[in-house]
Amino acid sequence: MAERSFKQEVEKLRLGDGEIFAGEGILAVTKALLECGVSYVGGYQGSPISHLMDVLSDAEEILRELGVHFESSASEAAAAAMAAASVNYPLRGAVTWKSTVGTNVASDALANLASGGVKGGVVVIVGEDYGEGSSIMQERTHAFAMKSQMWLIDPAPNTEDIVRAVANAFELSEASNTPVFLQLRIRSCHVHGRFTAKDNRVPSPTLADALANPVRDIDRIVLPPASFLHEQEKVNERWPAAVRFIREHKLNRRIEGRRSDIGIICQGGLLNSLLRTMERLGLADSFGNSQLPIYVLNVAYPLVDDEILDFCRDKASVLLVEEGQPNYIEQSINTVLRHGDCQAAIIGKGILPVAGEYTSTVLRAGLVAYLAGADPAWVAPDDPLLQVKQAMEVIADSVPARPPGLCTGCPERPVFASLKLMQQELGDFHISGDIGCHLFSILPPFNLGNTTMGYGLGAAGASAFNVSSEKPAISLMGDGGFWHNGLTSGIGNAVFNKNDGLTIVIDNNYAAATGGQDLLSSKGENPVRSTQHKIEKAARGVGVKWAKTVKTYDIAAMRSALKEAVNGKGNGPKVLVAQSECMLNRQRREKPQFVKAVHDGKRMEQDRFGVDADTCTGDHACIRLSGCPSLTIKANPDPLKKQPVSFVDNSCVGCGNCGEVAHEAVLCPSFYKGTVVHNPGALDRALWRLRSGFIGWLQERAARGRMRAA
Amino acid sequence: MWDRPLSVAMLALGGQGGGVLTKWLVDIAEHQGFLAQSTYVAGVAQRTGATVYCVEMFPQAEAEKHGNPVFTPYPVPGDIDLVITGEFAETGRAILKGFVTPNATTLIASSHRVYSIDEKSALGDGRLDQSTVLRVAREVSKELICFDMEQAAEDAGSIISAVMLGAIAASRALPFERSDFEDAIRRGAKAVSRNLAGFDAGYRLATAAPAVSGGAQAAEMPHAEGAVGEALLRRTAKLPQPARISAGHGALRALDYQDEAYAYLYLDRVELCAAADNATQNHELTEVFARNLALQMCYEDTLRVADLKTRASRFARVREHLGVADDQPAYIVEYFHPRYEEVCDTMPAAIGRKMAESARLRRWLAPLFRKGRNVTTNKIGGYLLLSVLSGFRRWRRSTYRFALQQEFITSWIEQVIAAARDDYRFAVALCDCMDIVRGYGDTYERGRTRFETATRLARASEVGNRADILRRLHKAALADEDGNRFHELQSELEAEIEAESVAV
Repeated sequence: MAERSFKQEVEKLRLGDGEIFAGEGILAVTKALLECGVSYVGGYQGSPISHLMDVLSDAEEILRELGVHFESSASEAAAAAMAAASVNYPLRGAVTWKSTVGTNVASDALANLASGGVKGGVVVIVGEDYGEGSSIMQERTHAFAMKSQMWLIDPAPNTEDIVRAVANAFELSEASNTPVFLQLRIRSCHVHGRFTAKDNRVPSPTLADALANPVRDIDRIVLPPASFLHEQEKVNERWPAAVRFIREHKLNRRIEGRRSDIGIICQGGLLNSLLRTMERLGLADSFGNSQLPIYVLNVAYPLVDDEILDFCRDKASVLLVEEGQPNYIEQSINTVLRHGDCQAAIIGKGILPVAGEYTSTVLRAGLVAYLAGADPAWVAPDDPLLQVKQAMEVIADSVPARPPGLCTGCPERPVFASLKLMQQELGDFHISGDIGCHLFSILPPFNLGNTTMGYGLGAAGASAFNVSSEKPAISLMGDGGFWHNGLTSGIGNAVFNKNDGLTIVIDNNYAAATGGQDLLSSKGENPVRSTQHKIEKAARGVGVKWAKTVKTYDIAAMRSALKEAVNGKGNGPKVLVAQSECMLNRQRREKPQFVKAVHDGKRMEQDRFGVDADTCTGDHACIRLSGCPSLTIKANPDPLKKQPVSFVDNSCVGCGNCGEVAHEAVLCPSFYKGTVVHNPGALDRALWRLRSGFIGWLQERAARGRMRAA
Repeated sequence: MWDRPLSVAMLALGGQGGGVLTKWLVDIAEHQGFLAQSTYVAGVAQRTGATVYCVEMFPQAEAEKHGNPVFTPYPVPGDIDLVITGEFAETGRAILKGFVTPNATTLIASSHRVYSIDEKSALGDGRLDQSTVLRVAREVSKELICFDMEQAAEDAGSIISAVMLGAIAASRALPFERSDFEDAIRRGAKAVSRNLAGFDAGYRLATAAPAVSGGAQAAEMPHAEGAVGEALLRRTAKLPQPARISAGHGALRALDYQDEAYAYLYLDRVELCAAADNATQNHELTEVFARNLALQMCYEDTLRVADLKTRASRFARVREHLGVADDQPAYIVEYFHPRYEEVCDTMPAAIGRKMAESARLRRWLAPLFRKGRNVTTNKIGGYLLLSVLSGFRRWRRSTYRFALQQEFITSWIEQVIAAARDDYRFAVALCDCMDIVRGYGDTYERGRTRFETATRLARASEVGNRADILRRLHKAALADEDGNRFHELQSELEAEIEAESVAV
């Protein structure tokens, strides 16, 4: 069960012809898929399309009604391979993932798919994780489109354009027998807007029809000699067909401006930011009317040479707004203009930064610089930020960064506290990180981990250190990464190559970082998926001898297991499964039950931690071993002390980590656990009265003693 | 005439309900005949830091005349009508992102803090200076509405996003009536009455409250509970004005910690410092001396911890923290980890010293203290254990740690008094620097070693430079836990001293 539920919102997917759909980008995309008569959908979660996967999961009933098969794929490669269904049959399919990382994983299948080509339309919806809010290396999916000759659609960031782009993508795919990337930028996935809906279309033929009537075409299989044929087809047939389709259906857009000597070419995804920035500069209005003509590349690849030549022909120069690098579009356009003997100067990277996101501020600087050269008579209005520049400088260094961190009560926290304590005792280890919430270990306060090589690759990332050492390499892996590929690339690899290192698998019952999706080892029952397959058993299955599962909150046990594993007794890889449920999901599950039980009058105990301000040293060692959002600081109530004291706020879920850490790290004696008894029984009450009566009497005596001396 | 959309940017932390607030705004706009767009980056609950939400709206009737407006996916600086920040450091961030401009932007900010990990994990006080950010916020915005929205939400039994919505309504930055906002809450159909209460609180406070920063409050003179205390406080009247409050607190602390004689010993020592102090420097020295002396004299040992943990006033504080009803059972479990060292500290000086110095005894006995112990202070066994321990404080003067501590204090006082005459700034720095000597176990050991190294290095340099060197070392000592910065600076200074001695 995922973190965010779309159960109610998916009802909008049933809207029919002419009705107004209002909702988020990811829902709009799903609706568009259904309107296009898609037969199957697969994918792997990851920001920014995690919620698209959640929408699809929550919409499973509606999908089934339409005969659409949805699969929560094991990896992006598995999802991409699903599209094989469209090679021989006129079945439309869509697959989705986070890009470029997911596209990397999917590349093998994608390249095969793109080589043989498709009969049914295939749309690969990539969440382009670039710029603000991104969590990965900054690269472009554009490169993949070029190398495999798949087409790349980059729609303007509003629901209407996105929905139209989905339909265009299927048609373009079928017209050119080529899978098509639909690139959704981060904010496009979560843009709320509206569009006019159409009826959903039941796919025809169906998947069952196709299975009943298998088609085999050896020319579509990637094996010589067909593979050589495919390369010829790509350039001689599919590419021209795509260009023809784009031109005939006007997939790219032209905004005509007053000026004819200068103009702008931009990627579709940047259009809105560009226009609004131009509006601030007096170069456009807020309704998309521009003084400068703009050629909008809704299809970023392939380019339509004629359209480019036609746009540039009479211009002295054109500003190219192409985000990301290398500047593939700029290079191509320059080639097109050279071949077409057009003298317009293309001004792109150089005036605009080579690398980095094109925010409004960046675009403004680029536009101003471009116009200063292209139209010396034009005077830029004052930059509103000049007025605040000084003020910004005053606070620039003092506003603290807010890096991501583990949630309140996160079960991974004690694992890292244990590792940090072990390092304090035995010295630093080489730690190979992986992708997932656990990668936050590299940030303060834990500062653990040396590299990260990709999802599920934590153990593989330590495989070179297969030498005898007092301090073997430690690798981390999440349960998500384990099932994605880590079981083979990491664990199996270590068994086969006789690596003695330690791999800690963080098992928190979900693909937690992407929003709590279920996976093979999830403990809960899932009505439509098979769960409860144990990680330790899988590791043993591929030949691991030393495998242990330890509850993460038990820091003493965790520390001793860690020490045993690195002390290197016994050959072969050590796998330590650090098990405890993701607290966010656990709270979501248990909190309502708890509240209900208390409401129903059941006896319930509730733990919460606290810090005694008067014994707290203000050293914050506890925070450096925790980083829990609920463990924070407050002004010192003691007028003699200046340092803020540690303080547990009321978001504490009583996970117990603070107490365990206080014991294991020998911290100050300020922590206490309060155990509150709700709906106490008669015995509870009697004992409480007895205890508090007797202790109260002793306390009064002590207080009287103190008063006499005061 | 509308020539561009109304633009709203919101900076919220994970879990603050930025998404809910965005939904309300879009809902209100759409119900009032506006076209609306919102964008955000999916904050994965608490894990991601701060998220920027962007809402834009434009009247549909105007759109029918002029065409659909172009909505931006990300706030365009210079163009933003309303900025809302759900936490005060985020206000600074919004300004740094260029979202707030003087002629355009109404800024609604909550003054409360959710400290960042760097602020929290600092070895000393790493908190942001709120007053500077507040001044800047006032300077760069068209209008600033700033109050503690978290507190307002708590007081109203509501959530912060509802309070923020109330503040937005009150700001009049959006062309909607109060009832339009409230209707959206009702349409949300979730926790309606609680959200309305929060909304109302936000509306009221935004209308009434002047911008506040939540700065620190000045200390006040304490009240004595009995005759002994009153006499002590009377004696502080003889001290220079700036030192009286700290000395008053210090004297009462020493009394509470040990006894009357100890409190007078404390005041004797403060007076000694005052006599050496310099009126032209506004008696700054005596103030910091009084504060730090009190903390050193009332160091926290096992006896003190047992004493503090067993007091009725502390039980009441814990119950308040837990938010329990009057007769509701709530047990307090302490996490103690007395080590061999703490045991030595509490022993009579001769035995403690022998135990601390004997490797064999340590080998035999230390394993007994390797594990932490949980004590339930408000069950009879636990209480008796701690209260008996607390009673041992009458013999504190004979303990090993007391002897060590007095030795340390005496030598420090001598240094301060000596420095007061020929290098006043160094004397003050010697007191300020004392704040690295605190706590228990490793924290204490580390602090004390560094204090001694720092003062040694400072004294090795010329008079006049000493204060600066000590302050640099003080800052370095608080820079990181492993002491990397401190040790770097230490080697640097030692090399300088070496070079100088060679040159001479």
